Amino acid sequence: MTIATVDGKVVLEAVDKAVKEHGATIDELIPILNDVNRALGYLPANALDEISRRLRVPKSQLFSVSSFYRMFSTKPRGKHVIQFCESAPCHVVGGRQVWASLLDHLKIGPGETSQDGKWTLVTTSCLGVCGVGPVIIIDDDIYGNVTPDQVAEILARYGETRE
Amino acid sequence: MKYYRSHVLVCVDPDCLRKGAHEALDAFQDELVAQGLIDEVQVLETSRIGACSQGPEMMVYPEGVHYAGYTVDDIPYIVEEHFLKGRVAKKFELPAETAIDEELSAPTPKEVRVVLRNCGKIDPENIEDYIAEDGYMGLAKALTSMTPEQVIDEVLASGLRGRGGAGFPTAKKWQFCRASTGQVKYVICNADEGDPGAFMNRRVLEGDPHAVIEGMIIAAYAIGSSQGYVYCRAEYPIAVQTLNIAIEQARTMGFLGQNILGTDFSFDLEVRMGAGAFVCGEETALMASIEGKRGEPRPRPPFPAVSGLWAKPSNVNNVETYANVPQIITNGAAWYAGFGTEKSKGTKTFALAGDVKHTGLIEVPFGLSLREVVFDVGGGIKDDKGFKAIQTGGPMGGCLPEAYLDLPVDYESLTAAGSMMGSGGLVVMDDETCMVDIARFFMEFTQEESCGKCTPCRVGTKRILEILDRICGGEGREGDIELLETLCEQIKQDSLCGLGQGAPTPVVSTLKHFREEYEIHIREKRCPARVCKALIRYEILPDFCTGCTVCARNCPTGAITGERRQAHLIDVDTCIRCGICMQVCNFNAIVIR
Repeated sequence: MTIATVDGKVVLEAVDKAVKEHGATIDELIPILNDVNRALGYLPANALDEISRRLRVPKSQLFSVSSFYRMFSTKPRGKHVIQFCESAPCHVVGGRQVWASLLDHLKIGPGETSQDGKWTLVTTSCLGVCGVGPVIIIDDDIYGNVTPDQVAEILARYGETRE
Repeated sequence: MKYYRSHVLVCVDPDCLRKGAHEALDAFQDELVAQGLIDEVQVLETSRIGACSQGPEMMVYPEGVHYAGYTVDDIPYIVEEHFLKGRVAKKFELPAETAIDEELSAPTPKEVRVVLRNCGKIDPENIEDYIAEDGYMGLAKALTSMTPEQVIDEVLASGLRGRGGAGFPTAKKWQFCRASTGQVKYVICNADEGDPGAFMNRRVLEGDPHAVIEGMIIAAYAIGSSQGYVYCRAEYPIAVQTLNIAIEQARTMGFLGQNILGTDFSFDLEVRMGAGAFVCGEETALMASIEGKRGEPRPRPPFPAVSGLWAKPSNVNNVETYANVPQIITNGAAWYAGFGTEKSKGTKTFALAGDVKHTGLIEVPFGLSLREVVFDVGGGIKDDKGFKAIQTGGPMGGCLPEAYLDLPVDYESLTAAGSMMGSGGLVVMDDETCMVDIARFFMEFTQEESCGKCTPCRVGTKRILEILDRICGGEGREGDIELLETLCEQIKQDSLCGLGQGAPTPVVSTLKHFREEYEIHIREKRCPARVCKALIRYEILPDFCTGCTVCARNCPTGAITGERRQAHLIDVDTCIRCGICMQVCNFNAIVIR
């Protein structure tokens, strides 16, 4: 199962909010998981427990769903999640060099979280903004036409002062 | 209706938003209020206008002046110059040639815009804009003057076929679903556009959402459904937002909900978001995902028309299919069938990508040749290099060589040639492309996206990828080609869904048309296109090298040695073939062997 590191009360609040927003039915499971994943950064074990209880869905099924979709994480993630588009159109316009630059600056590999818990680096499928590739997304910010030299400057925008 | 002397379209595409489009928009509104112009100038939010890389951007009509690259602080200047003094704020004006839409430029003579007709022209967040373009006319016609059977007959006569790629006649699907027993039926729109490089559906959802909604309502009327879902991939947050706004407006206007247009037909619509899984574009996987399960496909039959979402009869069509429907009903089947070929009627949108001069979205009538698409619509090969291949049909499509350029673009011709129509990705490759590497690249994608439910797809794609990795890595063996052929055949025949069945196509088609490239990789350990890193080496031409040391200083592994003003040398064993030396050399002294 997944790891619990987030404060129990925070978890319950996040689940409660999502369940109230969408309704406690199985067909709202993915929207609920989406909201909780966004609120907490990942899906901790106690969140799945609570969703299981509220929706009356077995935990096995919850884990089956939350481990299937790429946007759900069953492991804690960094404060900022960097998504790198790895599809062909971004690849051919220099994506590989941007990726190398990201690895170089962050000193972590794909799917990993930095030691200080600040960054998680993941790859994503095509975002459909191929006209401005290579593309990276940090949290909800989209950066297009990224060059390897810009990586340092983009990362620096997520300094300590910014929440 | 209120009269405005100016209309300003402000782009709120993700790219412009991150450059402060919203802040600038707020400032713009405030400034218009401050100058007393708010009743004279109408401000509309729209999707991409064209120069988002220089964004934020806005377009002022009727003058057609395109501004970009301003900040909040520049707004008072623009308002004063343009709207008070009536002259162009030159500082931020984009010259006409740069003011082109990077995704969707003006149609070339061979294009016909049916699905894309409104994109970039109307405000997608204002239903009145859509209505002004004859929007919801088709719905009104269908509901007030046609029976559901007549609607199906009209769509049948138009020859419309599924635009998601398979090309199944849309009206036939509707007939099956209508004929299925059951009170509850669902109409589902597949907006899980996952093919890398294909963004036709995103553009329609963001630019003309009501066309899709109207198409779905008409389909629901034809089938006898009262509930619909749009399943949109989570990678398209703006599309989801635009759709939700459009649905809300359609409800307010009485196009959705109880007793639509005063008739006794009722229908409502909800948006469901995916969570990042390519396979959910497969219709049975998509429905599993809406039900809150893992998005895994299941065997068919039963087909969705008989037992679909929650085991109820369901009709699943692609975004583009639905977007065609309102105009077929409004203008008549004969009008629509006037475009295209005998068996493939109408138009098709494509995302043209790769080594072609004009990349972006196009919409052409079926039957145009690949040559016309690449050279007339796409402007030919970038940097005037040679044409090598075109890949149609996305990651499960095939690569076709020059000999096939005169092939008409329609469902049957592409399938007969060993490729497929697919959802509409077209990737053009120039003569510096390695076809083995391309096959490997697409295999990497399908292998990663295989959901793992059935063995042929889960294990087979992995084995193919391993063999291709070996060939590109210079360790190809005699018998590899035959092994690939056997594997491809087995995966194609035995996989559960379209993902597995289509996964071998890039390999099969490149083996068919570019077999000698595989043979050279395996037997001569050479990459003719000089792409596969293990099979190439960088060399310095002593006659051209001036000994400037710039390559040696930039080499990340210290593989380059040599005295200043003496020809340098690359050590083959230390070199990692990154190509940096070649990029930095000012004398073209470095070549790939």
